[in-house]
Amino acid sequence: MKPFTQHRGIAAPILRINVDTDAIIPSREMKTVSKAGLADGLFAGWRYLTQGSRDINPDFVLNQDPYNSATILLSGENFGCGSSREHAVWALAEYGIRAVIAPTFGAIFYNNCIKNGLLPIELPDETIRSLAKTVEQDPRQEQLAIDLNACAVTTSDGTTHSFTIAPTHQEMLLEGLDSIDMTLKMLPDIEAFEATDDRAVWARPAC
Amino acid sequence: MGNTIFDMLWRDHQVRALSDGSSLIYIDRVFLHERTGGIALKSLTDAGRAVRRPSSVFCTIDHIVDTFPGRGDDTRMPGGSAFITTTREMAQKAGINFFDIGDPRQGIVHVVSPEQGIALPGLTLVCPDSHTCTLGGLGAFAWGIGSTDGEHALATSTLRINRPKSMQIWLDGTLREGVGAKDIILALIGKYTAAGGSGYMLEFAGPAAQALPVEARLTLCNMAVEFSAFTGLIAPDDTVFEYVAGRPFAPKGAVFDAALSYWRTLQSAPDAHFDKRLELDVSQLSPQVTWGTSPAHVAGIDQPIPDPSQLAVDASTQTSLEKALNYMDLQPGSSVEGLPIGGAFIGSCTNSRLSDLRRAAAILKGRKVAEGVNAICVPGSSQVKAAAEAEGLHHVFQDAGFSWRESGCSMCFYAGGESFGHRQRVITSTNRNFESRQGPETRSHLASPETVAASAICGAITDPRKLTRGVVTRDAA
Repeated sequence: MKPFTQHRGIAAPILRINVDTDAIIPSREMKTVSKAGLADGLFAGWRYLTQGSRDINPDFVLNQDPYNSATILLSGENFGCGSSREHAVWALAEYGIRAVIAPTFGAIFYNNCIKNGLLPIELPDETIRSLAKTVEQDPRQEQLAIDLNACAVTTSDGTTHSFTIAPTHQEMLLEGLDSIDMTLKMLPDIEAFEATDDRAVWARPAC
Repeated sequence: MGNTIFDMLWRDHQVRALSDGSSLIYIDRVFLHERTGGIALKSLTDAGRAVRRPSSVFCTIDHIVDTFPGRGDDTRMPGGSAFITTTREMAQKAGINFFDIGDPRQGIVHVVSPEQGIALPGLTLVCPDSHTCTLGGLGAFAWGIGSTDGEHALATSTLRINRPKSMQIWLDGTLREGVGAKDIILALIGKYTAAGGSGYMLEFAGPAAQALPVEARLTLCNMAVEFSAFTGLIAPDDTVFEYVAGRPFAPKGAVFDAALSYWRTLQSAPDAHFDKRLELDVSQLSPQVTWGTSPAHVAGIDQPIPDPSQLAVDASTQTSLEKALNYMDLQPGSSVEGLPIGGAFIGSCTNSRLSDLRRAAAILKGRKVAEGVNAICVPGSSQVKAAAEAEGLHHVFQDAGFSWRESGCSMCFYAGGESFGHRQRVITSTNRNFESRQGPETRSHLASPETVAASAICGAITDPRKLTRGVVTRDAA
């Protein structure tokens, strides 16, 4: 997995609440049994004028210069709610988004981000609105700098906003760790658990 | 201070605490489907890993498969058959339990899981599907995950998770006639927002929760994810134990008795600590119908649609409400009751079980669907379909003018194949009214199966109590 340590880039505001994973990648855009080839379908319902077409909707922020080079999203509460489809994260990452800043996230989406090197940052809504105001003055100049070691988002004038992230998630992103490899090293613990679990007789019948 | 059920389930599944503050939690069952499960199995295989305990892994075909009679691997969704054939191939290679098209056990994953005794009280069960929380209705600790976590669970029989906070949702009072679990959960989300459960494991408790039959509990817990909760559950009781007994994968004989003695301990102590507590009195609830593009955009059918400019909400919320009204082509202060509809759908992991179909059929019996309404009923599983047909319910639906389908997720979501049509207004027993969820720019109104049935008859969104009380008499011509 691609590690995340520091990143500086253009932030695009999508300031509405409950941006669901159907909006991030509609089901009709998940066309093959693959984690790749999804960027084109990112936000398809908003990005293109008609369904199934690729006619650019000029009103959508990611179609506007310089937001079309955005690598950070600013959004409202409950970003990534809804369907568990990891395709939402795969699409964002393939498109080039490295971090999403929102007050809260859908729980499954949040975990999917961590597994794919995409940094979900939780900040209060008013902070995000003020960041958006700053960015909108000159998106190319007013880029946001993110430092995952320091857990900080910094604007071009040096104003810093600290965020919190669980140590486990921070470490996985910083190191680009594969959690399956890490857990497979704990197989003796798992086997010991199974051997002593009183529930085993009914919870794990031999088949 | 005593434990919550969640405390017990966490304790009994914790393999070990990890140094970073998270826990390695043992996963008893994994359920997969062709939409996100095939890719998890394929990715696992590509990485040279194997399914650790194939006997504990189950897979069905529900998301993409067509629901028309005589269906096969070919789908109306372009490219859909590859999801089915890849999943089948991967499932067979992995040696997991597989309920294929045509298997009498096939159906929507969260309908099949309780029906087959795969989900049980006190088990951990995960599935790469957000509505896995449904199974909390049995007292299972079950939640939806992504495909990568799916691979993790398959390869290690565990997941690494940070412990969610606990929330008790106390449901007080007695439901009025014509109001059910779907209305409770919609009202709750409407009252406390679509992010109201964020970061929490919910326990639904109180007289109104315990009074619900099992299938209604599954409906209630199904939409915990629409509340943005980690998951939800209800304390298992005799109602659940009687439901579970005798199901194909449920324990039998002395093993069942051993399970039962454990299940009976799964009660939160009266003095147990919850990080948060919410209350809802269900006594005065009317049938709920959503008017917007989030399950939180909901009101009683007899209530007006709110005016965003009059609400004390932040700017992001206000923007979202305005966009929702615009998308749905509705005016603030107007009513959803009486809105003409073009589609009516009964199905999905929320409301497609036998009891749902019976309640809808009671309204449809002897009546006809209004002209111009595309009405569809998709039983939640092949078993539900067979049971409904044994009672003659398919005749009731078909005589009324409903299309009667094979089981699957169907038009709960639009995958590029079948849809209700551009900008159609649809009344639906499903769980998501997101933009374009049921077709290109479709306008979905979530409601109970009774409300869907009544609305299909009248051709407009209708309070089902008006039909059962005979206020509206649009009887069979």
